[in-house]
Amino acid sequence: MSVEAHSSDHIAPIKLYLAVFAALMALTATTIWVAFIDLGELNALAAVAIAVVKATLVILFFMHVKYSSKLTWLVVASGFLFLTILLALTMADVVSRGWLGTPGG
Amino acid sequence: MTSTNYINADYGIWSWLLTKDHKRIAILYLVSITLMFILGGFFALLIRLELLTPAGDLLAADTYNKMFTMHGIVMVFFFLIPSIPAVLGNFLVPMMIGARDLAFPRLNLASWYIYMAGAAFTLYAIFTGGVDTGWTFYTPYSTAAANTKVIPAALGIFITGFSSILTGLNFIVTIHRMRAPGLTWFRLPLFIWAHYATSIIFILGTPVIAITILLVAVERGFNFGIFDPKLGGDPVLFQHLFWFYSHPAVYIMVLPSMGVVSELITCFSRKTVFGYGFVAVSSMAIAVLGFLVWGHHLFVSGQSVYASMIFSVLSFLVAIPSAVKVFNWTATLYRGSIEFAAPLIYALGFIGLFTIGGLTGVFLATLGFDVHVHDTYFVVAHFHYIMVGGAMMGYLGGLHYWWPKISGRMYPEWPARIGAAIIFIGFNLTFFPQFLAGYLGMPRRYHMYPPEFQVLNVMSTAGATVLGIGYLLPLTYLLWSLRYGKAAPANPWRATGLEWQTPSPPPTDNFATTPFVTEEAYDYSSVPEAELV
Repeated sequence: MSVEAHSSDHIAPIKLYLAVFAALMALTATTIWVAFIDLGELNALAAVAIAVVKATLVILFFMHVKYSSKLTWLVVASGFLFLTILLALTMADVVSRGWLGTPGG
Repeated sequence: MTSTNYINADYGIWSWLLTKDHKRIAILYLVSITLMFILGGFFALLIRLELLTPAGDLLAADTYNKMFTMHGIVMVFFFLIPSIPAVLGNFLVPMMIGARDLAFPRLNLASWYIYMAGAAFTLYAIFTGGVDTGWTFYTPYSTAAANTKVIPAALGIFITGFSSILTGLNFIVTIHRMRAPGLTWFRLPLFIWAHYATSIIFILGTPVIAITILLVAVERGFNFGIFDPKLGGDPVLFQHLFWFYSHPAVYIMVLPSMGVVSELITCFSRKTVFGYGFVAVSSMAIAVLGFLVWGHHLFVSGQSVYASMIFSVLSFLVAIPSAVKVFNWTATLYRGSIEFAAPLIYALGFIGLFTIGGLTGVFLATLGFDVHVHDTYFVVAHFHYIMVGGAMMGYLGGLHYWWPKISGRMYPEWPARIGAAIIFIGFNLTFFPQFLAGYLGMPRRYHMYPPEFQVLNVMSTAGATVLGIGYLLPLTYLLWSLRYGKAAPANPWRATGLEWQTPSPPPTDNFATTPFVTEEAYDYSSVPEAELV
């Protein structure tokens, strides 16, 4: 009890929150800026990469995961594990769909 | 019945609608899902009546489409998914672990209100014209073509999903934090393990269906191209997202039922469960593996054959933990002191029907065979063996077993045994012919069929009538027992388990003093062979 209670009560300095907020705004601006540059295949990758960085900041600082117990880390990690399963097995279909060609195609 | 218990502790409608007692909330769910079951059953009745003859003479094609859609939506999302977790789980999870309530009682009440709000949307859709997409809402039909109440029906499911998520969250926190002293993880009743596994699926899976449904609404309402190829979307993507939740949802329905069966088998064979650790861990294995198999619903949908091969192999794996359970229950019964009380008849029915449902699932995971029977009545029969033969038998078995605890009254034993037998016979008569019709090529979701399938369909409709009578029996005598049933003792089955150490019905706080657990679960060797009360 005490470990979790202690960790979830952690109060981060307001400066840190402002810094994270500024970083999120800067990354949003970057997303918009990148959207105007044609990177070809890398367009989606760039947007997703920036989004991942932003989500990580939110999870670590705004959601206090950085200061939380190992059990909380495990819960967060299992969420991502299952997201990876969703994406990986779906992509297993999308990527290999054309390998055999389509009848008449 | 003079002592204060959770039923007579307070009076009036608001004492129920604003209760934070997990047991009262379980009763709220019991009433709500029973009404939904009756509604879903009504749609099933119309489907079976239509299929009595090869011609489409009772319902027009469009109406028939709505009937099977609304039967599926009501039964899956508003009855089967909440059935055991929200009723028996809500009532029993705190009691089985020696706690006074769930970790978040207000959240628990909120879950019921969210369920009711979701149900209101879906009922609005049903009563103002209905919806005809199939319970699966496949795109692009659901987003581009259907002119029925897709958005309100889907929104109802979206909302109800949050009720599942909150229930799962409540169970996980409760099981982690509120176990009685001495109740270690491997002393937990298997019912608790099953609910823990189910809760994980609730939490990890339900958000995906919620987002998927929202994407359907966005595409339908605002023409965003996500699933419709005309707008640049991918319809198979919808099926991936939908089944990522909806296949594990099958395990949401059947895992709690397995938990119930473990309790029933041990109690009525007076033995500890064979291979406790394996049965417990197999629940977790089913929950995890259940997330890796969804592509077997997409074998003929244009999914890449390479992905299909992976999904086929992964789907076979689920048979392993499922078989572990079936073999261990059977081994538990072996040389047990068996008493064929009504709950055990349901449990035995579960084992037989689940085995048939599970094995035909292995057939369907086989690529070549699936192409042959895809979208036929073989599939319909298969999943009804799991969901009705499995989940429903477990639910009814559990409801009988814990009825003395829930209501404080005994149900009448002989009508209950006869009811269980009628349900078993009616179920098989309804759904076994569907395996044959499907194998012979009768497709699902048509209101007409070639005349050569009529004999099998008449058998099925006749069976559905028997099944219907079978379901009316418990409804009748359980209500009867509320007034006329014998008062139940604290532990009518001489069962182990902390819930039986409380009076029947239990007081609001469950336990006067927090119990201290010193034994493994199901230590029936320590229970004296006294006369059955």
